Amino acid sequence: MRNYILHRLLQLIPILLGITLLSFVLMHTASADAIDVMESNTGTVMSEEEKAQLRKELGLDRPLPEQYVSWLAGVLTGDMGESFVSGKPVFETFVSKLPATICLTVTSLLLTVLVSIPLGILSAVRQNRVTDYVIRFFSFIGNSLPNFFVSLLLIYFFSLKLGLLPVMGSAGGWRSIILPTMTLGLAMASKYTRQVRAAVLEELGKDYVVGARARGVRESRILFFSVLKASMLTIVTLLAMSAGSLLGGTAIVESIFMWDGVGKMAVDAIEMRDFPVIQAYVIWMAVIYVAVNLATDLLYHYLDPRIRLGQEER
Amino acid sequence: MGRKKLIFLGALVAVLLAAAAFAEYLTPYDPYAQDLANALQPPCAAHPLGTDRYGRDMLSRVIMGGQTTIYSSLLLVVLITVAGSAVGIVCGYFGGKLDAVLMRISDVFLAFPGMVFAIAVASVMQGGVMNAVAALACISWPRYARIARSQVLTVKSMPYIHAARLSGSGTAKILCRHVAPNIAGPVIVTAVLDIGTMMMEIAGLSFLGLGAAPPTAEWGSMMSNGRSMLQTSPWVILAPGAAIFLTVMIFNLFGDTVRDALDPRQRKRRMEDGPVA
Repeated sequence: MRNYILHRLLQLIPILLGITLLSFVLMHTASADAIDVMESNTGTVMSEEEKAQLRKELGLDRPLPEQYVSWLAGVLTGDMGESFVSGKPVFETFVSKLPATICLTVTSLLLTVLVSIPLGILSAVRQNRVTDYVIRFFSFIGNSLPNFFVSLLLIYFFSLKLGLLPVMGSAGGWRSIILPTMTLGLAMASKYTRQVRAAVLEELGKDYVVGARARGVRESRILFFSVLKASMLTIVTLLAMSAGSLLGGTAIVESIFMWDGVGKMAVDAIEMRDFPVIQAYVIWMAVIYVAVNLATDLLYHYLDPRIRLGQEER
Repeated sequence: MGRKKLIFLGALVAVLLAAAAFAEYLTPYDPYAQDLANALQPPCAAHPLGTDRYGRDMLSRVIMGGQTTIYSSLLLVVLITVAGSAVGIVCGYFGGKLDAVLMRISDVFLAFPGMVFAIAVASVMQGGVMNAVAALACISWPRYARIARSQVLTVKSMPYIHAARLSGSGTAKILCRHVAPNIAGPVIVTAVLDIGTMMMEIAGLSFLGLGAAPPTAEWGSMMSNGRSMLQTSPWVILAPGAAIFLTVMIFNLFGDTVRDALDPRQRKRRMEDGPVA
């Protein structure tokens, strides 16, 4: 068991190297670097000497491999460098953005679970009846709405027309999290309701359910104790994957609602070509990816001991 | 029932594609002609969907935008399907070192949150619809490679492959004539189901200003330009938003129906399922 976890953590190394190198090369193929972007953003014209001086300070004048290696050496000694833009240490900047993203992840996952599991079960139990059709209809609509459109519709109705909720930013206290949560929750709940329905339907068709029914076990007991437990496998996998992508920050939703999380940080950093910040973000994503995969495997093993660790499809 | 549905939705998709292809001839006004005297008109008889802040007719712009959005997402889906399955077939069939390396590379791409990576690529390449397509293609091919690869692994040991090899077919011929057609089903189903999602992602990139550049009519960028007018002239946002929604919905319904038609296992199961409970 411990070996298995260790083995999986070791896999992190090639992924980390690959992913940081990829983003490094990508950002350096851009025609404009951080200095050019800074110049065009502030509107002040800098002379070539000034630019060269700034590049030298940031180490941008050195050859690419050298830049990458020195950055890597820094990271290994626990120093992620300073942001090109704000000059603040990258690690602290990054950590300061995390709570907002984690908050949004938790609330939107909670909303998703609370909506999709009951609706999915209801839909499966009432298969091909009116309730099922209504639920499927709405989940279908939710699946076809792009999240930026949903955000704007929500802002239009709740903030501008009804004046109930703040438009954006975390300034409005707890109420400002409602709209981004609803945006993310709507899309995910629509997807999950369908998945929960399919998973429950599949279980309901199995022999043990027929057997339990024949033995006179109450339908509610079959549903909540046997079927739901068995369908959890699918649901848990999906939830873990969503948690992973949400923890990475949702670029579009965070930018629309001016939610100060890591997704918005990444988008801003990309725009400013702020390499050290981008790299910190990229590392975070790789860690989440490996952690989520590992957590899913361990949960699989826990929920269904027949699944042996290390046997996952490659 | 299933067949009629497929024909009906297929016809709807065909209508959308035709409307997008002949957008130039369908627009009541020139979608790029500015008319500042009539800026931000609410929907009326002359302009059924209103006008934007430069007085351009929204209906014409929505029709024109459909061309950009629909065809770029189709191009994207074709691109990733072909590239992804080619990688998947090679990996699955040959295995070994090449497979390991390519799969690690796809791991790296999968570890990235799709949208952020697309944003990075698109911003490096500096806007333009084609660059948005390229950016999304970069991040979307690994999923197809995975699907194709797992299919190839099951197909590879089938007797007909051995038979083909025994009868002297070369590797290239086996891959093209025997492997590819037999894994096409699941790959095509995934591709058709993906069109709607890809459309939303292209529109999303344009919404962030990384896809279609401003004068070009594209649904995502039209919505982004209208953001500041949400309160005063909501139609500027609602028209392209509704267009995306309806188009994505039609393509999604079409995808579901195609899947049901191509996947006999699922159809059979569905028929066996009586009403439960």
